[in-house]
Amino acid sequence: MDEVQVKVKPEMVTVYIMGQAYQVPAGLTILKALEYAGFRLVRGVGCRGGFCGACATVYRLPGDYRLYADLACQTTVKDGMYLALLPSTPAERRSYDIRKVKPAGETLLALYPELARCVACNTCTKSCPQKLEVMDAVQAALRGDIAKVAELTFDCLSCGLCTMRCPAEIPHYHVWQLARRLYGAYLAPKAEHLHRRVQEIEEGKCKEELERLMRLTREELRELYKAREIEPE
Amino acid sequence: MSVYPEYMQESIRRVEETRPDRLGKNFPRLSLAEQEELLRRYHPDYKPEGKRPLRVGASFGELVPHEVADLLEAYPLVDPGKIDLSQVDYDVDVLVIGGGGAGTVAAIWAQSAGIPAERILIVTKLRHGDSNSIMAQGGIQAATKPHDSPAIHFLDVLGGGHFTNDPKLVRALAEDAPFIVKWHEELGVMYDKEEDGTMLTIHGGGTSKKRMHSCKDYTGLEIMRVLRDEARNLGIPVLEFHPAVELLTDEFGQVAGAVVWSLETEEYKIVRAKATILATGGWGRLHIQGFPTTNHYGATADGLVLAYRVGAKLRDLDAVQYHPTGAAFPEQLVGLLITEKVRGLGAQPVNASGELFVHPLEPRDVESAAFIRECLPPEKGGRGLGLATPTGMVGVWLDTPMVDMIHGKGTFQRALSSIYRMYVRFEIDPTQEPILVYPTLHYQNGGVVIDEHGWTGIPGLFAAGEVEGGVHGKNRLMGNSLLDYNVFGKRAGNAAAQWVQKARLGTPTLRHVERYAADLRRAGIPETHRAPLLLPDYRGKKTLARVVDLL
Repeated sequence: MDEVQVKVKPEMVTVYIMGQAYQVPAGLTILKALEYAGFRLVRGVGCRGGFCGACATVYRLPGDYRLYADLACQTTVKDGMYLALLPSTPAERRSYDIRKVKPAGETLLALYPELARCVACNTCTKSCPQKLEVMDAVQAALRGDIAKVAELTFDCLSCGLCTMRCPAEIPHYHVWQLARRLYGAYLAPKAEHLHRRVQEIEEGKCKEELERLMRLTREELRELYKAREIEPE
Repeated sequence: MSVYPEYMQESIRRVEETRPDRLGKNFPRLSLAEQEELLRRYHPDYKPEGKRPLRVGASFGELVPHEVADLLEAYPLVDPGKIDLSQVDYDVDVLVIGGGGAGTVAAIWAQSAGIPAERILIVTKLRHGDSNSIMAQGGIQAATKPHDSPAIHFLDVLGGGHFTNDPKLVRALAEDAPFIVKWHEELGVMYDKEEDGTMLTIHGGGTSKKRMHSCKDYTGLEIMRVLRDEARNLGIPVLEFHPAVELLTDEFGQVAGAVVWSLETEEYKIVRAKATILATGGWGRLHIQGFPTTNHYGATADGLVLAYRVGAKLRDLDAVQYHPTGAAFPEQLVGLLITEKVRGLGAQPVNASGELFVHPLEPRDVESAAFIRECLPPEKGGRGLGLATPTGMVGVWLDTPMVDMIHGKGTFQRALSSIYRMYVRFEIDPTQEPILVYPTLHYQNGGVVIDEHGWTGIPGLFAAGEVEGGVHGKNRLMGNSLLDYNVFGKRAGNAAAQWVQKARLGTPTLRHVERYAADLRRAGIPETHRAPLLLPDYRGKKTLARVVDLL
């Protein structure tokens, strides 16, 4: 690959990490820019792929009054960016027993009465790095529409940015977790084929075939494998 | 306006030209002999210079990648003489090392088997749930449909692993799978279903039946957060930012807990435990052979190091799983996972000239080898039909617009929302333009030897999830890692709870560490490396090195 090996001579930009200026190559994500600047991260870093929500970050841009919120691993640095990582979000989570809790709308409000403090300012939606309709989910929770909450918040990463910005002090992601589990455990239709299969296994109906395969030689298994019938796509 | 430079757009036009002909057709699947030939010539595992035999320990002589040998032959981080083991900070029945999927499942089942929550302790390097488990996108395999069976699943797993797996473990995996999915349903995991409740299932690479169950393309996230929420409801204590740096052993040769290190307050804590479950995950952040990785920040193979020092055996560590479709462009996304589900939904891999060159759903190692063959220049035995990016990455196209053409507009955004979001952030719409991909380091196929109960053969030490080996042999199929951590997490949790009933602990020591260090010295190994690694170091120029050092 030598002929395509391009010498990377990146253009440099200035970012202010917790107030201190650093020169970093343009095009890096905020996370990589921090590392380039010499930070060895422990907090504020997790999967590095946009799934875990550990790298919640707030920043401002020069000449712009707004406070932006995003994930450090999924956002490219801009020249003049002022930024800080949020090491964690303090938010109280209420315990419950999934086997006993009622899959009814009032459950959400009973465990999280602060939902009723929502002033519909939409700051939560504006601060969501996943671009979810967070305020709509709060409203759905207030109406007791668990299915709607579950649907709207399925892509939530629990990064906590909405919760940190919320003037009503709602711990959104804990509410969403409760709603999704209620939906999955009670409101979604049950998979009957799954229950039948588990019963068959418990009754020992799948045992004989497995044990027969366990006794075969590697060669016999290879032959069987080659002869498998492939379900059409 | 496309963000692809003009020469890449030119190649995209060739992809678009061949697309109508490719729709509804596919490249024939390779025979076993053809697969083996492709692997031998192009898979990075088959490069002998990438590995060396271990010079000490229970798996002496086994070939492992240099990056892994460096860690297994490294000297301890802690000085055994300088730690006061008489000051026990936590005294528990079950210690779980690792707060990802396997550890969380193990803790839940240990509790369910009768260990009180407060007698269990999860210690984890980052936050509870920060793991590869949470990043899994595509799905979880289970033979839940009438035309499928655990026996067929068993056969697929063995064939995918080229018959190198431990059949007892494969049987456990396939036989427990439907129960696991039912358990998840009861806990409230939102699986993709039809209106009547039938689970939506698709193919994964190497499956003979459609048995991939999914939660959009956030399957790992959805399962992990439900399990974590359940562990929290049960009141299971978790010490975050406390990686284990060494196991403890007693005078009876039993594992007796661990020394953990607080990353934040920078002090050691001693955890005494009757049973210890290793659930530390895999090795992606070792960047074996310089590959980028899909793995989370803490995937540094610490568990292998800890287990090996107490005498546990390792297996199949010569087999590295490269996921065929890691992002190759734009640079910000290099190495990140593009789930196999994209190919499961019909997107085909095509070269720079727009030609389809392999079936989209060969087993992962075969698919990766085919991509590498396409990208390697002719003078290195390849076809030279990859496309180089402006920063020197090379890749082939994954023709993502086909997904909506086959399944209807809106499918991609609905079924693959994380991938869609990831690309749109960088101004590429994968429903309109193909994406460039290249294999990325994804999974530790092998690991610590276990039996079907998750026992390592060392009294008091159990293992579950990516850290253990044998389930997948030398190649794991898609959808079997989420399954693996659930099945063996449950089995290890139950087995540990049983062990606790009869365990009689002696005095915790680090004598095995002293012995191991003496073995290293006797083998003439210089003190150049320390392990476990705990976290990779990407400071300074190392941030950039990864994106240009390929092939």
